[in-house]
Amino acid sequence: MFNEYALHHAWLIPLLPAIAFVVIGFFLRKSPVLSAFLAITMSMVSFILSLGVGYGVVVQHITVEHPLIDKIPWVDIAGLSINMGMYIDPVSALMLFIVTLVSLLVQIYAVGYMKGDDGFGRFFAYLSLFAATMLGLIIAVNFVQMFIFWELVGLCSYLLIGYYFHKPSACEASKKAFMTTRIGDFGLLLGILLLQIVFGTLDFAQLTIAIPEYVQQYGTGVLTVAALLIFAGPIAKSGQFPLHVWLPDAMEGPTPVSALIHAATMVVAGVYLVVRVFFLYSMLPNVMLIIAWVGGFTACFAATIAITQQDIKRILAYSTISQLGYMMLALGVGSVTASMFHLMTHAFFKALMFLAAGSVMHGLHDKGNIFEMGGLRHKMPITFAAMTIGVLAISGIPPFAGFFSKDEILLAVSEVSAPLYIIAVVTAFMTAFYMFRLLFLVFCGPEKPENNPHEAPSTMKFSLIILSIFAIIGGYIPHVYHFGEWIRFGDASHEGLNWTIAATSMVLSVLAMALAWLIYGSGKVSPDRLAMRFSTLYNVSYHKYYIDELYLWLNYTFVRGFGKILYWLDLYIVDGIVNGLAKLTYRMGDELRQWQTGYLQQYGLILFGAILIMVVWLVITAPISMASLRGGAY
Amino acid sequence: MISLVHYLTVAAILFIIGVYGVLTKRNIVTILMSIELMLNAVNINLVAFSRFIQPEVLTGQVFSIFTITVAASEVAVGLALLFRVYHDYDTVHIDKLNRMRW
Repeated sequence: MFNEYALHHAWLIPLLPAIAFVVIGFFLRKSPVLSAFLAITMSMVSFILSLGVGYGVVVQHITVEHPLIDKIPWVDIAGLSINMGMYIDPVSALMLFIVTLVSLLVQIYAVGYMKGDDGFGRFFAYLSLFAATMLGLIIAVNFVQMFIFWELVGLCSYLLIGYYFHKPSACEASKKAFMTTRIGDFGLLLGILLLQIVFGTLDFAQLTIAIPEYVQQYGTGVLTVAALLIFAGPIAKSGQFPLHVWLPDAMEGPTPVSALIHAATMVVAGVYLVVRVFFLYSMLPNVMLIIAWVGGFTACFAATIAITQQDIKRILAYSTISQLGYMMLALGVGSVTASMFHLMTHAFFKALMFLAAGSVMHGLHDKGNIFEMGGLRHKMPITFAAMTIGVLAISGIPPFAGFFSKDEILLAVSEVSAPLYIIAVVTAFMTAFYMFRLLFLVFCGPEKPENNPHEAPSTMKFSLIILSIFAIIGGYIPHVYHFGEWIRFGDASHEGLNWTIAATSMVLSVLAMALAWLIYGSGKVSPDRLAMRFSTLYNVSYHKYYIDELYLWLNYTFVRGFGKILYWLDLYIVDGIVNGLAKLTYRMGDELRQWQTGYLQQYGLILFGAILIMVVWLVITAPISMASLRGGAY
Repeated sequence: MISLVHYLTVAAILFIIGVYGVLTKRNIVTILMSIELMLNAVNINLVAFSRFIQPEVLTGQVFSIFTITVAASEVAVGLALLFRVYHDYDTVHIDKLNRMRW
């Protein structure tokens, strides 16, 4: 009954937060209590509706092959009709559940975290707008709707990173995020246009049918180009190498934003897009290989950076990049199941860790450097417990959520490519290492007297506890209830555990934990001396492989140099032509003006001269000659 | 016997003198007088053609009466302007009246 209603009114899920945004934005901005109340209520209703959708999908046997699609025409002009609507299948139902859940919990958390902030109402308005656009993206029925909401979530990301707009660093970070993602969006748009040109439709359901036929008939040439262009969007949005640079800087936003947008939801939009158009990618093994390698490289690359970072949120940001790389890797080896599973568990434990980090920073008055923390477990037991659960989950220790999803990815990868499997395992080892490093440095060891920490307020604790529960059971329950048969593409894949792979990754995680304890927990090995010993490696990692510097340099040399050339062209060629034309006209006018003497008599002379010539000419050619006049009767 | 051609010749000479005067003289009075010469040359033509080609109807003569009338009013207007110009600029020499020239 309810699930029926929820399924056919799924469009309400994005609409309700949108209403909250409008009402808060225009009327309630000045009232913190009312704006938070409205935003949370709307999120709550959205969440309940998405639960209904999820339940409906299960009981009505809606599968990836037979989605529920409901759409209305939006633009209908000759030769082009674009629909807006909802595309409900297990994948989007799962995404709806994740996004509404995390969004709801983050909003509850933010009530405590943002308390007393001047922009409280504005913050909730933005969060509502973000929830609305992200949910709209999830239920997109075609590329156009997807792209519109894709850009809108980018806008929300920009607004929320730059939430503290009085801070120059926040403004810079928001601009960087917006522009970097714009590079990928450009590719995405080109890819979409290419598909429209080739197929004449952008509807997912129609493309699902059209693409295999096209491949059979014409091969994969054009589609490879389109698929690669489309993949540029996820590269930028999901922080894949080489466009990952914006994500760590995005941590300038408030921590709830980092948890919601830059860990759990928006950054996985790229993964979701690839899943949504998997009917295209599954046809193109070469592109899949590229995706796998981009993902695998990003995962490993970001993990090596995270090892040496000192800011708590930046570590988590690089960890997010790394885990997103994992998801891409899973997609690249063809396992939608593993990717979506990891997406879900990652949303839980990464949001949890971000919220715990926010709680730490809240308790320490916005201090972010983990080397200035220590011994916080006494004063902040709940935060400590939450962070520990998150760390255990991401490190893949059973029975926490990350163990099951990570294992599925490793299993899927091991079946396709040995080098990628090794990369993934090394990444898992490094992930466990830097996560335990963070945990030990922040919560263990002696307390620092200059810190005066206090435990988070109750709303924040509430969200931490709920997310902790999900981070614990979020892997096991789906695993038991056959997640892989519910969300899949083609055959159900990788159900169950491979104990060799699981044991390997588990042993490595424990080893990493021991190593981290040796260096950062017990103090037996000095981290500073290690850094001195491997100073080159340390510096390269600490400076993030100098990629930001490289981009700046590239920008200066090439973009500016190119700009200078264009400036010269504009100044001397384009302007030269225009000015030259003007000068020519002026000169000609100046010359011709001389003929206009103003002497009336000169004009008269010309007039009479002309008449004379005409008369003479007429007389010469006239049929009646002068002679006939003279010799005539008169 | 004085034929049409003689009349036309006189008229042509008169007209040419008028044109010459209009084009070369710098004094407005002289120019006006030259214009009168040209008009009268036309009158002679009109009357001559009328007399020699269709003597029974007086179209040409009547037309020349009209021309004289128009010429008279033209001279009246022209002289009025001339007086005005002389009054304002103290000259009737057209080279001096160059205020509108660039």
